[in-house]
Amino acid sequence: MSEPLLDVVDLRAGYGLVPVLQGMSFSLAAGSITALLGANGAGKTTTLRALCSMVRTQGVIRFAGQRIEARATEDIVRLGMGHVPEGRGTFLNLSTEENLRLGAYTRRNKSEVGDDLERIYGYFPLLKARRVQQAGTLSGGEQQMLAISRALMLRPRLLLLDEPSFGLAPLIVREIFRIMREINEREKVAILLVEQNAALALDLADHVHLIETGRIVLSGTSAQMREHDSVRRSYLGY
Amino acid sequence: MESFLHETFSGLAAGGIYASVALALVMIHQATHLLNFAQGEMAMFSTYIAWSLINAGMPYWAAFFLTVGIAFVIGASIQRFVLARIRGPSVLSLVVVFIGLLVIFNSLAGWIFTYTIKVFPSPFPSEPPFGQHYVSSHELGATAVTLVVLLLLFAFFRFTSLGLAMRAAAQNPVASRLVGVRVGWMLALGWGLAAAIGAVAGMMVAPIVYLDPNMMSGILIYAFAAALIGGIDSPGGAVLGGFLVGVLENLLGAYVIGNELKLPAALAIIVGVLVVRPSGLFGKVHVTRV
Repeated sequence: MSEPLLDVVDLRAGYGLVPVLQGMSFSLAAGSITALLGANGAGKTTTLRALCSMVRTQGVIRFAGQRIEARATEDIVRLGMGHVPEGRGTFLNLSTEENLRLGAYTRRNKSEVGDDLERIYGYFPLLKARRVQQAGTLSGGEQQMLAISRALMLRPRLLLLDEPSFGLAPLIVREIFRIMREINEREKVAILLVEQNAALALDLADHVHLIETGRIVLSGTSAQMREHDSVRRSYLGY
Repeated sequence: MESFLHETFSGLAAGGIYASVALALVMIHQATHLLNFAQGEMAMFSTYIAWSLINAGMPYWAAFFLTVGIAFVIGASIQRFVLARIRGPSVLSLVVVFIGLLVIFNSLAGWIFTYTIKVFPSPFPSEPPFGQHYVSSHELGATAVTLVVLLLLFAFFRFTSLGLAMRAAAQNPVASRLVGVRVGWMLALGWGLAAAIGAVAGMMVAPIVYLDPNMMSGILIYAFAAALIGGIDSPGGAVLGGFLVGVLENLLGAYVIGNELKLPAALAIIVGVLVVRPSGLFGKVHVTRV
């Protein structure tokens, strides 16, 4: 097997004196989709934050062949890790297009950026219609699309998605997940997805890790997880 | 009528200075949500640097641009080496640092250059231009320089990706890091730019008020008033507020309250705005859900 894109060994992290991650180990391959499932407070969001050095961490994180656990967030982003954060991190006072251009801030070749803008408007035509509109006036679903698009403007190798379904209408969620699959296939970008909605996550992901109190308690392919009794009862409800 | 026009024009000229300092205040406020009380003293100190360079025989405009560069470095260094080192700063500790900087720059200027009032040269001719006598060449030139600076800044923030990154960093530092913006450097750049604008304002006002370590204290109050009238989070508002305060101050001083009460009038404006419309003319009204 070739070297994984992301390799995490015994990752620990917390806020102040409160430990949240208590030794997580997992890896994911380039172009794959992995989902982290778990209850509120299990450490899903903290895992994504730890990968980007947004919290204090211990342990080893290798990304694209480099150790990144001691690097600054800005440098990890430059290696190709796009993070769609909890709460979307929209620049509310800037226009939609300015938000997208910020996504490409670290890229040197500015002529490609224009093409990428058009390609992303192809995935999310709604955003094109809202190009010059202030991002704060977009609807929740549009802001989520914007957040994903902004991360894609980086041309990432790995996209971290923190609960893209949060607070959105089911129809829009389904649309976003459909586009995520399309993006994964066409752009060859790996996705690490954190999701409360287990059914959605199992549909999209190849691999799933179940997290409880900061540890991975169960891992497997989506098919395996779906068959697993405790997963079915606790997360799928049947 | 003639004196009215004259007062209005010199009000506009002074307003340009207030507008510049107010803009510097707004820039720092957008990043820190605080008013930099040391803004005026930083400008004063930069003007002394220009004075030294000119006295050492440097041509005016060379000294002008070198001073702007030095002021930029000083401003950025203050952010990098002082403010960025304060861990988990509270509002009060930052205010104390700002007041500390104010006193340090003021005393430093007095210690190095003495408190004797000095004449600062104007780069513009001493004869009024275009055969009129409402407005002096320096007033007109200073206003032009101010407008050029404001236009350059506007273009920088509006059309460059660095300007966009600075706006983003001031608005949402966490999300900015996630797109790869080096937020620490953006803050330093903001301080550098604010200090550079202040330096221009200082060099433009010094020929009128003369150079001494306290020359900016009154101007800073007018700039506070200007920033508040325009709305403390609105750069365009601060500029307009600056011109408004300049004209208002001059006309009130000439016809209504006399020169002695001009400064208290600025303070009355500050209090008035805070009571009647805290968000200013163009500022955002902050609504918090509880």
